[in-house]
Amino acid sequence: MTKIESYGNKPTRDGFGLGLVELGEKDERIVVIGADVSGSVKTSYFQDRFPERFISVGVAEQNATTVAVGLALSGKVPFFSSYSAFAAFRNADQIRVSICYNEANVKIGGGHSGLTVGPDGATHQSLEEVAFLRTLPNMTLICPADFEQAKKATIAIGEMVGPAYLRFGRPSVPMFTKPEDEFIIGKADLLREGTDVSIVANGIMVWEALKAAEALKEKHNINAEVINCHTIKPIDEEALVNSAKKCGAMVTAEEHQVHGGLSGAVAEVLVKNYPIPMEFVGVKDTFGGSGEPFELTELFGLTWKEIYASALFAIDRKKNGTSSIRKVKDVAIYTDGI
Amino acid sequence: MSLEINFSAKVFENRKRKYNEYDEIALTIRQDIIKSLVLAKSGHPGGPLGITDVMSVLFFGSVMKYDPSNSDWSERDRFVLSAGHMAPVQYSTLARAGYFPTEELKTLRKYGSRLQGHPGLDMHLPGIETSSGSLGQGVSIAVGMAMSDWIIDKNDRKVFCITGDGELQEGASWEAAMAAGSHRLSNFCWIVDNNDCQIDGRVTDILSVYPLKEKFEAFNFDVIEIDGHNYQQIQAAFDKFEENHKNNGLPTCIIAKTFMGKGVSFMNDEYKWHGNPPNEEQAETALSELI
Repeated sequence: MTKIESYGNKPTRDGFGLGLVELGEKDERIVVIGADVSGSVKTSYFQDRFPERFISVGVAEQNATTVAVGLALSGKVPFFSSYSAFAAFRNADQIRVSICYNEANVKIGGGHSGLTVGPDGATHQSLEEVAFLRTLPNMTLICPADFEQAKKATIAIGEMVGPAYLRFGRPSVPMFTKPEDEFIIGKADLLREGTDVSIVANGIMVWEALKAAEALKEKHNINAEVINCHTIKPIDEEALVNSAKKCGAMVTAEEHQVHGGLSGAVAEVLVKNYPIPMEFVGVKDTFGGSGEPFELTELFGLTWKEIYASALFAIDRKKNGTSSIRKVKDVAIYTDGI
Repeated sequence: MSLEINFSAKVFENRKRKYNEYDEIALTIRQDIIKSLVLAKSGHPGGPLGITDVMSVLFFGSVMKYDPSNSDWSERDRFVLSAGHMAPVQYSTLARAGYFPTEELKTLRKYGSRLQGHPGLDMHLPGIETSSGSLGQGVSIAVGMAMSDWIIDKNDRKVFCITGDGELQEGASWEAAMAAGSHRLSNFCWIVDNNDCQIDGRVTDILSVYPLKEKFEAFNFDVIEIDGHNYQQIQAAFDKFEENHKNNGLPTCIIAKTFMGKGVSFMNDEYKWHGNPPNEEQAETALSELI
């Protein structure tokens, strides 16, 4: 079915790791705090290249976070990285008070995010951190769509001044943004123009959104717009409102709880500026579990199929005020034969 | 308010002193604490009064290197008050060192003041190195600062940090201790204000943090136990830290045995003065003792 093109697969964590090395070459203020999972989150690339600028503090994420603040208040540009499950929650107080209130120039790499960490199971599948992090004043929050974008986003947060959190994942995922594509913090990428429904996604769900848009076109001649909203904070209000005005219906898609994440951020913008029917694709108020990464995304409803069905719901609501198909749980009947 | 509160403009130099010279400094700081708190009508008098003697030597005895007219001086030593609720003693000390006008002590805890209830970096008060107040975080930030100087830049700067003893109940404090000891941060001086008081009662009764000396030794600190009201012992402890620093030795932990509310008879060693300000009458009595 697909006409969209990828040019291979790589993990976004590799983009983070390589971006860090590139940053380190350019700026000697870059230092990295290791919290025992350097090989997993790929800060090991930086450690190998710049051992003198790599400080290990062990499995102690609270201390890692505030140590990074001390380094930032000394003129360094520290990156601390661990799994999102530990880099955004057990150190939540440290992020709030010591990073954000201090407006400290600390960058956090939240790796192994979402369901796609896979067999490690629910304890390690962070699905809530976006909701917390985006409420913090001074925070910049980014969830890149693929390897190349993760690398650019890493460099971009290293070059900006102020707290930032980069959310990325473990498995190899399709590469479709090009090395020459521009990446600007806070500026959403319009990947596909459309007029019937707008799909706003980030992370691994951007690729799924592109697939859904293609299927909507093929099966229903629906022109779906696809926006890669990689920056959740500060969110690109202008792009969202323009797309809402153009399409009149919107679907958000993210590898995160449907509550409080990208869904909430987008809804807040539209409710204030241009309310339209919205549907949310994400994890539905439940914990994850062990399984293969893309087995889990199927089982928990994080694929193009849910986006596709949600787009139909949203368009139906736009046309009829309510949707008669809204209650149908199994989206398979809408995606049969595609 | 019938009690008239004024702050003298007196500032003190940071230089080698005879021990009896600290009396006037400590007295002035203790007066400032009482005055600023009675005006604020909220805040913590006990801890600040107890740590005043240590602060007097640290800031006015040529222990720390700093320049009040250039608070961002790149070669300065740094001080972090991890026990952020003890802010009144830090504010008075900084004002008496000449970082900002002593008159500003009147604004403690008022809206828009640079003297926030707990130190806030966002208010840009000269001499404040970080926000603090969520216990256990300031000391870890101080460790990060010490790492920046010792591990990355390899310069001669020192970092001093004061935590409470109740604060050591925060697990994050021990993560910081482990990091400082493991990385052998010779330039790091951790001062524990050991008054054995916290909001709910005696530290010993609420949750014992003892034995302290052995704990810090086990975390690879050189531990010095002192009477935190004895200037000679305070000075000697800082001298030992200086020696440790010069010799690339272990990080230093000074356990300063103090009395909460020291200098005011009715507050002395009373944990209920952890977080309650004096009323006007109590302030008047306190100030009459601080002469």
